[in-house]
Amino acid sequence: MEKFELTYKPFGERSILVEWPQEINEIILQDVQGFRNKLENTNDESIVEVNSSYNSLLVTYEVTINKFYDKFEALKSIYSKKFIDKFKSKVLWRIPVCYDFEFGTDLVRFSEEKNMSIDEIILCHSDAIYTMYFIGFLPGFLYLGDLNEKLHLNRKSSPELYIKKGSVAIGGKQTGIYPQASPGGWHIIGNSPLEFFAARNEKPCFVSEGDKVQFVPIDLKTYENIKSLVDAGVYVIESEEIDD
Amino acid sequence: MYSSIQDLGRLGYRQYGVPCSGAMDHRSFEKANFTLGNDKNAAALEITIIGPTLQFLISTEVCISGANMNPKLNETSILNDQVISVNENDILKFGPLKYGTRAYLAVANGFETELLMGSRSMYNNITSASRIQNDDILSIVSVSSGTPTMKSKKSDNIDYFDTKELTAYKGPEFDLLSFSSQDKLFNQEFTISNTHSRMGYQLNEFLENDLKSILTSHVLPGTVQLTPSGKLLVLMRDAQTTGGYPRVLQLSESAINLMAQKNTNDKISFKREELTI
Repeated sequence: MEKFELTYKPFGERSILVEWPQEINEIILQDVQGFRNKLENTNDESIVEVNSSYNSLLVTYEVTINKFYDKFEALKSIYSKKFIDKFKSKVLWRIPVCYDFEFGTDLVRFSEEKNMSIDEIILCHSDAIYTMYFIGFLPGFLYLGDLNEKLHLNRKSSPELYIKKGSVAIGGKQTGIYPQASPGGWHIIGNSPLEFFAARNEKPCFVSEGDKVQFVPIDLKTYENIKSLVDAGVYVIESEEIDD
Repeated sequence: MYSSIQDLGRLGYRQYGVPCSGAMDHRSFEKANFTLGNDKNAAALEITIIGPTLQFLISTEVCISGANMNPKLNETSILNDQVISVNENDILKFGPLKYGTRAYLAVANGFETELLMGSRSMYNNITSASRIQNDDILSIVSVSSGTPTMKSKKSDNIDYFDTKELTAYKGPEFDLLSFSSQDKLFNQEFTISNTHSRMGYQLNEFLENDLKSILTSHVLPGTVQLTPSGKLLVLMRDAQTTGGYPRVLQLSESAINLMAQKNTNDKISFKREELTI
């Protein structure tokens, strides 16, 4: 696979930030994941944590780094080796979303501003398959790529103080789900009855980096049904293994 | 009143978007535990500006470090950074703030509140409570109050809490700033605004912002972000794990601890230090 010109910067006393070009794309995602995977499987016990974002890796060491140069060289040497292209199977998750006005409190305004019918917005949003790049912002908040350009809309000029848990929203070029109630500046178009973060589970988030996500429109009644199954801990999220 | 149980925080869960949390001022937190001979990570009560009134249901030993809030045990003033023996039914009260912003009340062997993702640090949506409330009962282990063992380090002088200069390194986007903004960052004095919490401190002064937002990337406790309006935001222990504002500075670990003791209207400045490359 193609290799990128990466930059290596100190980030505080015991972290290094490795950066790819500032783009959201799957080739970068695969390279970031490949590098991360390599780092997690090296015997370098001084590395305590490796985290990814769209175009960067944060490599955190156990103690203060005395000479960043040596660490940079060690990282570069690992990057120069070939990555195994496929190391994990991917899953496509079907996430139920109710786009009813009861939840989609910004739908009407969104439709006016974008000059699109509400049906068109829902179709456009639920037709696409999104790649999950990383989790950040709040526990369980998925950073998804590839929102259809027709749905891009700048964030609200001043954020709302309260966005309901499960809200499905659009902000700028991104779409996402609020895993818990929080302030936020994105436009709310629906709500998902699923739990996106469970601190007590061995795997706190069911979606992994590189997985795919699709939104499935559901009506209010189905929302209530799924919600009660989720609350009872018996809802099985629809998913399938995929090859990419 | 904002008091919460904290230890050294949640490590290894950033990949799920979970903040580090943990004591805002590690130095004072560790001092309280060290004085009691506790484990380094033993959970303590972090008390912000105004302290609670606590009644002990069993005997133990405690130590208060960090900010001085004129603590009194059964109406008798007690000192910070000392082992204090406490008996059943004793009442510990905090008075007006003398210096600092956050005090740490450590108890022998630490508080035994719920442990989630390797930490007892309270954080909304991870632990069931995000702070302590009136009438809460906090679990501790009973220790027969024998002769206090004095292990205290030298007591803090106010100078430490008054330190204005915070050591800072260049942040990932520092080099993209204009030279005049770079210069201002290190030569201007900044004022703590009234918007500050465990998530971060906003500063009052504006810095000309000639930078665009970045593609959402990692932020750390101690990251100084430049917001679109030109205000600086110093992220602290409960900050989110990623952000889109340019990261212009990164505070040193000891500067984060000092920052945690700052309050509204306090002045600070950033002292430039280079990391050895």
